[in-house]
Amino acid sequence: MDWKQALFDFSPFWKQSGTVAAAFWATIRLSAMTGVLSLIVGTLLVAMRVSPTPVLRAAGTLYVNTLRNTPLTLVLLFCSLGLSDTLQFRLSQTSTVNYYWLAVFGFSAYTAAFVCEALRSGINTVPFGQAEAARAIGLTFTQSLRLVVLPQAFRAVIAPLGSVMIAMIKNSTVVLVASYIEASAQMKQMFEEFGATLPIFLGFAVGFMLLTLPTGFLFGWAAKRWAVLR
Amino acid sequence: MTDSGILAEPAHIGTGSGGPLVVLENVNKWFGSLHVLKDINLTVHRGEVVVVIGPSGGGKSTLCRTINRLEPIDGGTITLDGKHLPEEGKELARLRADVGMVFQSFNLFAHKSVLENVTLGPTKVRKVGSADAEKEAMALLDRVGIGDQARKYPAQLSGGQQQRAAIARALAMRPKVMLFDEPTSALDPEMISEVLDVMTQLAREGMTMIVVTHEMGFARGAANRVVFMADGQIAEENTPQEFFTNARTDRAKDFLSKILTH
Ligand SMILES: Nc1ncnc2c1ncn2[C@@H]1O[C@H](COP(=O)(O)OP(=O)(O)O)[C@@H](O)[C@H]1O
Ligand SMILES: [Mg+2]
Repeated sequence: MDWKQALFDFSPFWKQSGTVAAAFWATIRLSAMTGVLSLIVGTLLVAMRVSPTPVLRAAGTLYVNTLRNTPLTLVLLFCSLGLSDTLQFRLSQTSTVNYYWLAVFGFSAYTAAFVCEALRSGINTVPFGQAEAARAIGLTFTQSLRLVVLPQAFRAVIAPLGSVMIAMIKNSTVVLVASYIEASAQMKQMFEEFGATLPIFLGFAVGFMLLTLPTGFLFGWAAKRWAVLR
Repeated sequence: MTDSGILAEPAHIGTGSGGPLVVLENVNKWFGSLHVLKDINLTVHRGEVVVVIGPSGGGKSTLCRTINRLEPIDGGTITLDGKHLPEEGKELARLRADVGMVFQSFNLFAHKSVLENVTLGPTKVRKVGSADAEKEAMALLDRVGIGDQARKYPAQLSGGQQQRAAIARALAMRPKVMLFDEPTSALDPEMISEVLDVMTQLAREGMTMIVVTHEMGFARGAANRVVFMADGQIAEENTPQEFFTNARTDRAKDFLSKILTH
């Protein structure tokens, strides 16, 4: 391969435009589903972590500390090899669909721990008097959390949640260990086929930025839009 | 509800001659090794206005907070309208709805408009329809003089307006008794009277009230009884007139001499 090809030849993208687009679409599907699931699970986890029931609190803490301190690769390998291949836990007969959901589950379980911790720091910004006033008008613990504390906590951590989501999109590349073909797996394939050239790297890097930069802008805008005045 | 101007007529103090509404018997409370409430016995009758006064750290806030069980007690009993305070859970939440509470720092829900602050309890706890809740909330906000602020957020209101909104929020639950914990202590001086006027009006309409305050004008004008608390005990109780002119205990005399010279 001559140096011009290694530095300036973008033609592999035109040759494989269909598969590249499909790979990025796979990344988007994986990230979007994981974003939604991790927000839901993270919210449930934080509710457990601040609940007055010791068992729930302990379970929440155990979960978060375990998942947050385990490499994502291990979580995903466990989901794909452990759950699917060894334990024969199948979510679909179609193997690509099966791997997609296993990746989503492992990835969401992992990301939810970070969402939970971001939300917990948000809860700490809500003055104690807010929860007290909520209880004083007769709201139950769950109602106070749902109607008063969490909405304010969410608004306080929209920007940090954006960082969690950006990290999540980038982490999605690790999912290739779970046999799910997304953008980074596609890049690896093209490196093998055309050689590891700068244009191929740049193309994928820019592709990821097209996903992460708008995510950052969106969360930054939302953080301002929904800021709680005190 | 009267719609006569606030303080348009001289205060006419009810006698609080109804039956017992809030009854505390031998209530004890510790924070660790600190004995904060010592054998408190206090009965507040329907329609009565009781002012609680005393030095800082004497246990006044804790007393208020035990009455709607924001603080659990370690001994004794508290009954509201003849019913014991339940331990925790839904039952307790229901009972708390019957006790209105107004805090020194207002504690309006920062992410909700003033109107939403007032309708939250009725819709979520009392299950009132939102149209009805809004209508009633607007009437209450008009009554405390901030109907035109309904769509604003708490941070956009002055302290006096926020406290009046907080009173409206508590009233929206149609409580049997209202607790006020130093409702004017966090306010700039020029805003104190607008809040006290609302409270005086409320007292005149027959609301049962327990008010922690050092505002003697309010105590003289609206209270049936003054309770002097120090060191976790009720040291003395009397009519406002008697208490402010003829305090019996040295502690009360000492306390009054300090606040009167200011
Ligand atoms: N949550 C708490 N934990 C520990 N000590 C407390 C707590 N709340 C109040 N205290 C203590 O209890 C005493 C009574 O406080 P408080 O009821 O606030 O008095 P007051 O309202 O009359 O100033 C004070 O010594 C205070 O430091
Ligand atoms: Mg106090």
